[in-house]
Order: sequence, then structure tokens, then C-alpha cells
Amino acid sequence: MIRKTVANVKEALAGVQDGMTFMLGGFGLCGIPENVIAQLVALGVKDITCISNNAGVDDFGLGLLLQKRQIKKMISSYVGENDEFERQMLSGELEVELTPQGTLAEKCRAAQGGFPAFFTPAGYGTEVAEGKETREFNGKMYVLEEAYKADFAFVKAWKGDEAGNLIFKGTARNFNPAMCGAATITVAEVEELLPVGSLDPNQVHIPGIFVQRIFQGETYEKRIEQRTVRQRN
Amino acid sequence: MLDKNGIAKRIAQEVQDGYYVNLGIGIPTLVANFVREDIDVEFQSENGVLGMGPFPFAGEEDADIINAGKQTITTLPGASFFDSALSFGMIRGKHVDLTILGAMEVSQNGDIANWKIPGKMVKGMGGAMDLVASAEQIIVAMMHTNREGESKLLKQCTLPLTGVGCVKKIVTNLAVLEITPDGFLLLERAPGISVAEIKAATDGKLIVNGTVPEMKLA
Repeated sequence: MIRKTVANVKEALAGVQDGMTFMLGGFGLCGIPENVIAQLVALGVKDITCISNNAGVDDFGLGLLLQKRQIKKMISSYVGENDEFERQMLSGELEVELTPQGTLAEKCRAAQGGFPAFFTPAGYGTEVAEGKETREFNGKMYVLEEAYKADFAFVKAWKGDEAGNLIFKGTARNFNPAMCGAATITVAEVEELLPVGSLDPNQVHIPGIFVQRIFQGETYEKRIEQRTVRQRN
Repeated sequence: MLDKNGIAKRIAQEVQDGYYVNLGIGIPTLVANFVREDIDVEFQSENGVLGMGPFPFAGEEDADIINAGKQTITTLPGASFFDSALSFGMIRGKHVDLTILGAMEVSQNGDIANWKIPGKMVKGMGGAMDLVASAEQIIVAMMHTNREGESKLLKQCTLPLTGVGCVKKIVTNLAVLEITPDGFLLLERAPGISVAEIKAATDGKLIVNGTVPEMKLA
């Protein structure tokens, strides 16, 4: 067994430097690497590029890094819930690359799986396709999109073992699996870190080969962005 | 004239037995409330769930189970969770039968704009560009005119596009329309709305063939 465990978030982030590109899992605030984000704020790394479907909210998730002006560029599909983000974007302080959500996921998966690029129909005929190669297949037009290149991928899983095998829960899975192994170093934080042999191999979502470092997160707030409920009759 | 629930109610009639359906944020989300109970339909949310159920009871919310609008949801028996890449494989690979989404503008050749107002609003396209580029059947749910009273059914979109030539059907507070090579074909009128009123609210080319029936919403 090849051990991937590190003692804590500090060890997990060894080698993180200004100007790097990070992938961060999560959809809205669901399934985000909370402990890593808190530590990136504490480390004060600057001029970073973040590949993440969303940009958090003003006071949680990637919003915490935006508050401290640590992010130079955001690559996301939807950034609607963050006033500070909008301010920095409109004032030109923050560079933003908006990418269709499925394309964003696939650019991660392509990096994970060794594809330099792929054709997708998403964005054809729109400003997303400007400057990109397009090609017709079977009478339909497609846009060539390239795989991402990142220094670190930060993902969050529900359960993991010392070998780096991961299991996700519910819709907290989202972008996390596709980001594993899509960067030079993949760091997984988990709610529950278990000894090897604890996870049923049939149930593993991401094999440990895609993960270089794994640690148990200290705390999880798991903030709910839109609490919607129905009443009992 | 229909309200948002009325639009959702009319669109629900388009949902057929055995359909996998993706609902966008806003009016489309309401469609789930009006789908006939005697048919089997599964709702897909692009953040990674198939078989979405209603909102949870108070106290039973799970931060790890949300829809694409980041709302807490439940799942129904037979539901499944999956990652974003697989989710968009379902969409891109045309495994989802029907996509219902909102729009700021639709043109008479089926172009749609719904993600950006230059200089004013830039929230991003989310999954909309992937959905409209691949879906076989796309229904747009929207008001016929914007807050300024201007038509949202145009000859050509003025806002940055989300997709080209992809919309097939539009249900608004005034009418049901189909995109045809010749323009917006008027299929049905909302209760109490005349053809003249629909014509006045439509900037693009409106085609009226004979007597246009009123929607049946019972």
C-alpha cells in the first residue's frame, strides 16, 4: 500500500506558491475544500488562478480569498452569488474567464485522462468560441477546447483511506472527481479518514492513484446557500 | 394573461411518460409541481442528481444534497448521484429528453440569449450553453416582454448568445409559439389574450395560421 496521508492541512499545502493555478472542487458551497481554503487565506498566497465552477459567496468559500485580493484570475461557469466578485470584475481588478459548465468539467477530466483537447458543441456561435478552432462532424459544429493545466487540485470527499481512495456523498461529488489527478499534485481533504481496508473497493469513486496527499479536515461548516423546505401537512 | 405558475402549468403538458427532464432555474423549476401524477418522469439536475424529489421537511435539510439552484432538495426512490463530467455527458450525449429553461431574448430562428448583459450583469452561463447546444427538445419559459415592456421575441437577439438555432418552442405569459423556418408560429393564446395583443408584443415575425385556439389549462 502506498500511503498518501499527511498530518494536517499545513503539510498538505507544502509547495504552494504565489502565481500558481489551483483547481477547487465544489458546486456553490456544496463539496468545497473548506480546510484548504482557510489555509490558503492564512498562508496569504497571492496572484493565484482558480479553476472552480463558482466563486463562493461574499464571506465563505472562495469569497474568503477574494476578500483578501489573493485571486488574480477566476475560471468559472457561474459567479452570480458574490457581490465582491462582481465589484472586482467590473472594476477590472479581477480577470474572469467564463466557461460553460460541462466544458469546465470536461477540461478537468481531459487533464486527468491525458487528452490535450476535445470538441464540444457547447458555445458554438457564441463569444465563448471566439478565437477557437471549430469543426463540423456529421453536420453539426463543434468547438475545440483544451485541457486545463494546474499546479494543485484541491478536492473534498466524504470518506477516504490512507491509500488516497475516495468516496463522495450526494451532490457534494460534483467537480471533485474530475479534478483528481488533473493537476501536478492532488490534495484531498475528507470528513472521515479511515485505515486501509475500511473501504469496500466496489464502492470507491476515485482510486488513490489520482491522489498525492490526503488529510482529515478539522471542521466542516457545510454552509447551505439556499435553505428550501416544505411544511408537513 | 398567465402568471409564472400558469406558464409552468402549460409547459408541464409537454412532459411525457418516460421522459428525463432538465429544469432550469426560475419558472422552469415550477414545472415539476404540475406534471401529471400518472406518468413516470425523472428530473435531472446538472450538479449531479437524477431522480430529484421535493424540498425536504424543515429540519431534514442536507447540505450535501442540493439542486443546480443551490436549493436543498430530496431524492426519490431510484435516484442516483454522479459527478459533473458524467452529468454533462448525459446532456451532451442527448440522453436527457427535454430541457426547459428561461431566456432574456429568443430570435425567430431559435437563437437564445440568457447569460450576460454587457456592462450590467455578468453572472455566467452555468450549464445553459451545454444544454442548448445538445438538447433535442428545448422549451423556453419566459415572459413575452421585459420589465421595460419591450418584446423578448426578436428578429435577432441583441444580447450575447447562449446558443444558435436551438430553441424549438416558447411558452410565455401570452402564448405558445413554435420556431419555424419562417418565424414564430403562433400555436395557442393565453386565456383572454387576443392575436392582436400577441402580435403587438412580438418584435420578430409572427405567423398566424387561421384561428388560434386558447390554451387549455384545466
